[in-house]
Amino acid sequence: MSRRPLLNLNLKHLFSSTRSRSLTYVPVPRPVDGTARPVTLIPGDGIGPLVTGAVERVMDAMHAPVYFEKYEVRGDMNTVPPEVIESIRKNKVCLKGGLRTPVGGGVSSLNVLLRKELDLYASLVHCINLPGLPTRHDKVDIVVIRENTEGEYSGLEHEVVPGVVESLKVITKFCSERIAKYAFEYAYLNNRKKVTAVHKANIMKLADGLFLESCREVASKYPGIQYNEMIVDNCSMQLVSKPEQFDVMVTPNLYGNLIANTAAGIAGGTGVMPGGNVGFDYAIFEQGASAGNVGNEKIVEQRTANPVALLLSSAMMLRHLQFPSFADRLDAAVKRVIAQGKYQAGDVGGDSTTEEVVDAVIANIK
Amino acid sequence: MASQIVRRIARSSRSKYASLGNPSLLDRSCSQSAASNSNLIRATLFPGDGIGPEIAESVKQVFKVAEVPIEWEEHYVGKEVDPRTQSFLTWESLESVRRNKVGLKGPMATPIGKGHRSLNLTLRKELNLYANVRPCYSLPGYKTKYDDVDLITIRENTEGEYSGLEHQVVRGVVESVKIITHLASLRVAEYAFHYAKAHGRERVTAVHKANIMQKTDGLFLKCCREVAEKYPEIKYEEEVIDNCCMALVKDPSTFDVLVMPNLYGDIISDLCAGLIGGLGLTPSCNIGEGGIALAEAVHGSAPDIAGKNLANPTALLLSGVSMLHHLNLHEKADQIHDAILKTIAEGKFRTGDLGGKSTTTDFTNAICNHL
Repeated sequence: MSRRPLLNLNLKHLFSSTRSRSLTYVPVPRPVDGTARPVTLIPGDGIGPLVTGAVERVMDAMHAPVYFEKYEVRGDMNTVPPEVIESIRKNKVCLKGGLRTPVGGGVSSLNVLLRKELDLYASLVHCINLPGLPTRHDKVDIVVIRENTEGEYSGLEHEVVPGVVESLKVITKFCSERIAKYAFEYAYLNNRKKVTAVHKANIMKLADGLFLESCREVASKYPGIQYNEMIVDNCSMQLVSKPEQFDVMVTPNLYGNLIANTAAGIAGGTGVMPGGNVGFDYAIFEQGASAGNVGNEKIVEQRTANPVALLLSSAMMLRHLQFPSFADRLDAAVKRVIAQGKYQAGDVGGDSTTEEVVDAVIANIK
Repeated sequence: MASQIVRRIARSSRSKYASLGNPSLLDRSCSQSAASNSNLIRATLFPGDGIGPEIAESVKQVFKVAEVPIEWEEHYVGKEVDPRTQSFLTWESLESVRRNKVGLKGPMATPIGKGHRSLNLTLRKELNLYANVRPCYSLPGYKTKYDDVDLITIRENTEGEYSGLEHQVVRGVVESVKIITHLASLRVAEYAFHYAKAHGRERVTAVHKANIMQKTDGLFLKCCREVAEKYPEIKYEEEVIDNCCMALVKDPSTFDVLVMPNLYGDIISDLCAGLIGGLGLTPSCNIGEGGIALAEAVHGSAPDIAGKNLANPTALLLSGVSMLHHLNLHEKADQIHDAILKTIAEGKFRTGDLGGKSTTTDFTNAICNHL
């Protein structure tokens, strides 16, 4: 039975003590008269438009009560256009295809910019073995929760003298605490048994030491959840040999990126793992682990991008918007297609195009 | 699996007359090659703690049976902090490695506490060990979930994220500085391509995160590209680290030689060790300025099985083999290497961590019998 990730709905109110605890849902107007909820849609570039097109088709076929406000954003723009940010602030939920960041030259990553601007401090990837998808490891069911705003990705670099460059990694108590709280709250609300903090505090004593301190403090408030710590290099070794020992993992920014991609890889690939970026007020759902194939030209030309990850992420989004039955139907349809194994995209060993996979999913919606 | 043994012998015979170390070492070894039969080469041995002494004995025994012309100079970690090195390693030990230019190190447990540097860090800084080379290949006979791993990870060892420069800005805010320099990146890139050429490797992949850390990893990539131009016969690629992690766990056979800065190297080399069966089977060699090579076993000192004759000496033995390659004693190295592979492939004598019940001495004797 698949787990249902409950996202940020309840957490906002559990954090702020001034609101009354009896309110458990984000006060979003309910569609009592059948009005659809607006969701910002950013197709992006590379395979982005292909996979978001897939989601639009499926949502249409299901008659889901959402409608998309599309915006053009490309990876090599200088900054995200202000109307896009406005739209996300208004709708509170966004679905993103993929933004390819050009390597090495002058443009700061728009993905990172969006996360900082909207303060999406937690990045979630749910890596789970999907029946029907052959992998070397089984019994994988890991949720990687990664701090999304600071750490190594602060973007603070400068050249000291020619030939010597410095980059600053910033860790603050505030951010470490809130990501630890999110991780434990998530584990508690989703009936997860163990939280593992991943770090390198034997070398970076102050920085990762501060992160660990925050995790330990929060752990002491959840005696029912097991807590342990693991050094990142040992962790990656354990992930490839014994992944069943991990449940929820909480990490700072860089390690989280690597661990999430490794975990996604062992569970079937980044083409099928759902995930999202969540903050107090906003949420952006996208392909779980780093869209490594966003810029892959061949996949774009042949239209063989795997839409499964974004479809499962949009199911998470539907749940976040409190349309659980639509979410469940979408989830079930996608899983049925994978279990049947006839229509699989290239990255998981099949040879279907995006369109064929989408057709199969639509056919399987009950 | 026999085909794997054949492939390894073929590849090492290609490199028979090439040196593992710096070009500067070639002069030394040329003058020594005639003499190495009659003279003994002095090498420093650090048995280390925990299971260290037992597996060091294993190595000495195997080398003696194989008649390797090496004379060991043993050094132990002291009980108190030596003020000249600010750690438990004495100045004499470090001088010994500097003199002999070659060494083998067992696992050392860094005592937890303040006021002294970690032992590994001391060695690294004092001997200027700038590259850590870890060949990872699937051992025939020991089955893991990955059968076709055959790659080398070369990691920059002196700077990057592990510079140790951290400070608390205000209460609750900590900064850690990552440094990348032209000099260090160039040095490790040079070594990587030299190694690839010397061992008949076809591709070198630089692993980075330059889409986010544009200046630092950008500088690293620039240096790699500079060096790549001097070796047109070797294919050069670049890969973002998150794609690299994913590709490694899905299909490790797509990689050949990987070169990367410190932190990524740490994580990737341990990931690769995990692919082939863990740190108990992984050899490793640290290359320093002036042609110093310190081979080491990277696993822990396993205090719980120390002294019980249960430890697996494979990692230290394979590191010893890479040390012999560095000294140009290729025949001896291949002999010992094949003996180890054959013993593990047979499966009759295996220590506890490989799933068997043999003791260290049984395993060592089996290897000696295969020589």
